[in-house]
Amino acid sequence: MTDSTRQPGPPKKPLTLAEQVKQQKQTYDQQAYQRLADSVKPRPRVIVNALNAFWIGGIISALAQIITLIFASAGLNPRDAASATVIVMIFLGAFLTGLGIYDEIGKVAGAGSIIPITGFANSIVAPAMEFKREGFVFGVAARMFTIAGPVLVYGFIVSVLIGLIAYFLK
Amino acid sequence: MSAPKRVGQHTIQFANPPVIVATASIVGPKEGEGPLGNTFDMVIDDSYFGEETWEKAERKMLEEAVKMVIAKAQLKPQDIDFLLAGDLLNQTISANYAARTLGIPFLGLYGACSTMYEGMALAAILIDGGFAHHVVAACSSHYDTAERQYRFPTEQGVQRPPTAQWTVTGAGAVLMAPVGNGPRITHATIGRVLDVGIKDPNDMGSAMAPAAVDTIVRHFQDTGRGPVDYDLIITGDLGRVGHEIATKLLGEQKYDVSKNYSDCGILIYDHERQDTHAGGSGCACSAVVFAGHLMGKLNEGRYKRILGVGTGALLSTTATQQGESIPGIGHGVVIEKL
Repeated sequence: MTDSTRQPGPPKKPLTLAEQVKQQKQTYDQQAYQRLADSVKPRPRVIVNALNAFWIGGIISALAQIITLIFASAGLNPRDAASATVIVMIFLGAFLTGLGIYDEIGKVAGAGSIIPITGFANSIVAPAMEFKREGFVFGVAARMFTIAGPVLVYGFIVSVLIGLIAYFLK
Repeated sequence: MSAPKRVGQHTIQFANPPVIVATASIVGPKEGEGPLGNTFDMVIDDSYFGEETWEKAERKMLEEAVKMVIAKAQLKPQDIDFLLAGDLLNQTISANYAARTLGIPFLGLYGACSTMYEGMALAAILIDGGFAHHVVAACSSHYDTAERQYRFPTEQGVQRPPTAQWTVTGAGAVLMAPVGNGPRITHATIGRVLDVGIKDPNDMGSAMAPAAVDTIVRHFQDTGRGPVDYDLIITGDLGRVGHEIATKLLGEQKYDVSKNYSDCGILIYDHERQDTHAGGSGCACSAVVFAGHLMGKLNEGRYKRILGVGTGALLSTTATQQGESIPGIGHGVVIEKL
């Protein structure tokens, strides 16, 4: 943060030498402690986690592909088959969240179950269920997008930017 | 200048050490399945405890624990001079609402997960000071209420890092009096708030360990004691990570605690079986382990003198989101079976 964005206040006095030494020692101590803490902390099992994310995310995607093929064979054109699949996957994500299964999957899969659209459904249904007790307006409705909201906001921003780029490159 | 009941710089030495007459503990199903399951007075089989919301369930556990400890001491609520209680929820609603039905003069506390020890130290001060005859100190926490306040909705499919701790569902209560049978509180060393710059709310063990170590070292300096003078030194909820850091930091100061130092957050869950990552946390963690396991060992005579340090991470979601680091505190209390 630069000084111009701060609240107006008395002008900042330059630090005395003793204060500078104290400040630097504090920073140094914090860094030393962080190193000690890092040496003790258990490491996340990156390879196992990545493998789990890969195969569970893969199964979710393969399932979606099967559903798409079923819709296509039933006579939907590719675009409608894809939309119908998204609807089914969102339902499945929401349904498994309601049954209390999706969070168990997420514990193992990590990003493997967050990134597919089922994870997006989970992130909306979970708070909606959770905050029902705080009422339907300030509970369910207001809290529903606490996790999904940022995804939507930045998703919209990026899509607008890409739209603009596409417009000018045309 | 120096107060008559103080020793060293920061430690209180009680003239007539107050007696812990009775303790009560209620825990949730997961804690009941843990290694200390049979030391608790009551295990609820459903985290709702027959209520509509988890917040109400937590409040009911706290209420029941306080009623239970009073009944165990064969007293009535009107015999209690003060209730000192706290919890983790915003504006400590569990304690405030439990006190609403109990009708005992109430002082609300917030020391995050150190609340039980803060309460025991204050109860001892009130009794030894002659301000009270019977004091109940109590606190509660609940996994689901803590999750939804501090982290994610409980059904959210997220992966927890290995340093994360599991909030204990439960409530503990301790009833103290000037005389009676039971272990006594002989000293209390009040914690200082220390901040070592840890910002990760999933790593509270690292954030709190220096505060616990600071309290233990000051306690040793003030009393002229060392680790060998205690059968057990036990911190509240540093978990596996914080326990190891605290052991190292104490070692650096030439206090060897490798034989008799443990942590309630490690004892309460089975690390292999219960998927609790670095261990337990929450107000109830140190409270129910003290009220159940430790009190049992003290009464059996297995432990003669223990130093308990309730540890608290004094964070809030707002402070964390604004990029602030996590301050920690540790309150030390010496409990002795004379």
